[in-house]
Amino acid sequence: MNRINKKLQDNKKLLSIYFTAGYPNLNDTVTIIQDLEKNGVDMIEIGLPFSDPLADGPTIQESSTQALKNGMTTEALFNQLQGIRETVSIPLIIMGYFNPMLQYGVEAFCEKCQELGIDGLIIPDLPVDVYHEEYQSIFEKYGLINVFLITPQTSDERIKYIDSVSNGFIYMVSSASTTGAKSGFGEEQTQYFKRIANLNLKNPQIVGFGISNNQTFSQATQYAKGAIIGSAFVKKLKEHGVGSISEFVKGVIG
Amino acid sequence: MNYNVNEKGYYGEFGGAYIPEMLYPNVEELRQKYLKVMAEPDFQKEFNQLLKDYVGRPSPLYFAKRLSEKYNTKIYLKREDLNHTGAHKINNTIGQILMAKRLGKTRIIAETGAGQHGVATATVCALMGLECIVYMGEIDIARQAPNVARMKMLGATVIPATSGSKTLKDATNEAIRDWINNPVNTHYIIGSAIGPHPYPDMVTRFQAVISEEIKWQLKEHEGKENPDYVVACIGGGSNAAGTYYHFLHEEDVKIIAVEAAGLGIDSGESAATSVLGKEGIIHGCKTLLMQTKDGQITEPYSISAGLDYPGVGPMHAHLCKTGRAEFMSITDKEAMNAGLELCKLEGIIPAIESSHALAIFEQKQFNPNDVVVLSLSGRGDKDLQNYIEYFKI
Repeated sequence: MNRINKKLQDNKKLLSIYFTAGYPNLNDTVTIIQDLEKNGVDMIEIGLPFSDPLADGPTIQESSTQALKNGMTTEALFNQLQGIRETVSIPLIIMGYFNPMLQYGVEAFCEKCQELGIDGLIIPDLPVDVYHEEYQSIFEKYGLINVFLITPQTSDERIKYIDSVSNGFIYMVSSASTTGAKSGFGEEQTQYFKRIANLNLKNPQIVGFGISNNQTFSQATQYAKGAIIGSAFVKKLKEHGVGSISEFVKGVIG
Repeated sequence: MNYNVNEKGYYGEFGGAYIPEMLYPNVEELRQKYLKVMAEPDFQKEFNQLLKDYVGRPSPLYFAKRLSEKYNTKIYLKREDLNHTGAHKINNTIGQILMAKRLGKTRIIAETGAGQHGVATATVCALMGLECIVYMGEIDIARQAPNVARMKMLGATVIPATSGSKTLKDATNEAIRDWINNPVNTHYIIGSAIGPHPYPDMVTRFQAVISEEIKWQLKEHEGKENPDYVVACIGGGSNAAGTYYHFLHEEDVKIIAVEAAGLGIDSGESAATSVLGKEGIIHGCKTLLMQTKDGQITEPYSISAGLDYPGVGPMHAHLCKTGRAEFMSITDKEAMNAGLELCKLEGIIPAIESSHALAIFEQKQFNPNDVVVLSLSGRGDKDLQNYIEYFKI
């Protein structure tokens, strides 16, 4: 069984953390992953930096630009992740834009992920219908879970379609925004979380965007299986470096 | 061979809609409605009326006698430079603002490089009384001050794009991010034949008035609708798309696309996407784009801000790949000289973008009887400072 599916069976709310590979320093990748696991994080999204990250706000954009300047490449990330499964056992997901994967070769990329022990991918600009028609069989061949996003504007009909194509979890974007744009949740989000919970989807939902601390983590997971933190963590790394990981995670899950 | 978009949004292997889920409802709404709205008689009527009374169409098809004599062939200039706001861009913004109104949108966003599309968007927003926000690279704001002032006078808010390379590509990213953050009330007026389906096709159809007019105008001049060649400069490719549209399937009409070679194809400072680009995804579509081996999008260069884009529209990628269009590349120097030559021979100061198209006559020999129609996409007012500095006038 894929580590993601196994983790989703845990009887707890899950905390997933995103970071941009190659940031703050080129070779921080493995340290960050190991420290996150050590401090009780349940799942990790490793960001493969892209020059033009359309769905991301300033924090993740800047980290991506810096990571690329630091020399991060697809090949470099794969080299860093070589042997990662000797020390890390929680699910690992690579999150990145489609063009770098396309240039590497989608099948070669998936094959490499499997070899390294990567469990899934999140590709914000690969639409579900294109995935379904052209790439799903390749992902499945290499045992990879592809995670799709839904937003408050996604229709119930489309959510059901996304649910039918998904085989891990659904990434529930909390509000119509780029990453890091908003903090906290209002009544509108709560209504949305409830609406999705009432759809009784086969895939559990994990909330992302707008979560930065214990309070927002609790709010987000009231109606969902877990929550993802990205920008707030990247910002912490920017300001306080990799030494601040333990403090950050404790601030979220105690 | 079909050169138009197919029902799935592709031109051959290029096109599609590679967008984050956050944009799906907006793009899907547009996809479902754009053809229907454009076909409505009252839309057609309003669009055509504005093109005539407000833009000043039809734009003349002018036989450039002295230029023709010099190059020993028959050259016609399609005078898009005479449109209101000084370029072809207004054809598309008029169409899209009418579209936005029919979709019930109250807030308009746009990206701009040199500022021509920004000015054309600010103009139609003023005309319709809609809020207008234009994203422009910080560097472009500094080098295109007159257009920034125009947009402000027209009531638009100009927001600097400070990410990445701070030019057109980043302004486009910022506009897309704005759209993600404002999904309900906002329409994004893309200025070129790029972006996710249906944008390339919609922009092309609005610009297609150019080739529609060329047909009947050429008939008046030459007694035949089809020239031997149609020529246009190409950045993202909206004026080119409009110039080619009604000739795409006329096999006796040869198509020439002129890209900016910048300081030279191999100089590392170029925007010649057909030569330097490779298939990939930029701003929501699969097309030819300039990128690293690793799939990171690279920074193009051209003296012309309107051609300074790392990709071409998917329709053009298809025309290139199938060989339907011949792609030529022109350096800064060749373009500037051709621009100055048109001033002296015809009394027309062209935009530097259009000067790239004019420069092909030094590179390619046409027959004396060939009829060549060239899109003079914009006027040179906005480029005066560049011309002054370049020629030390």
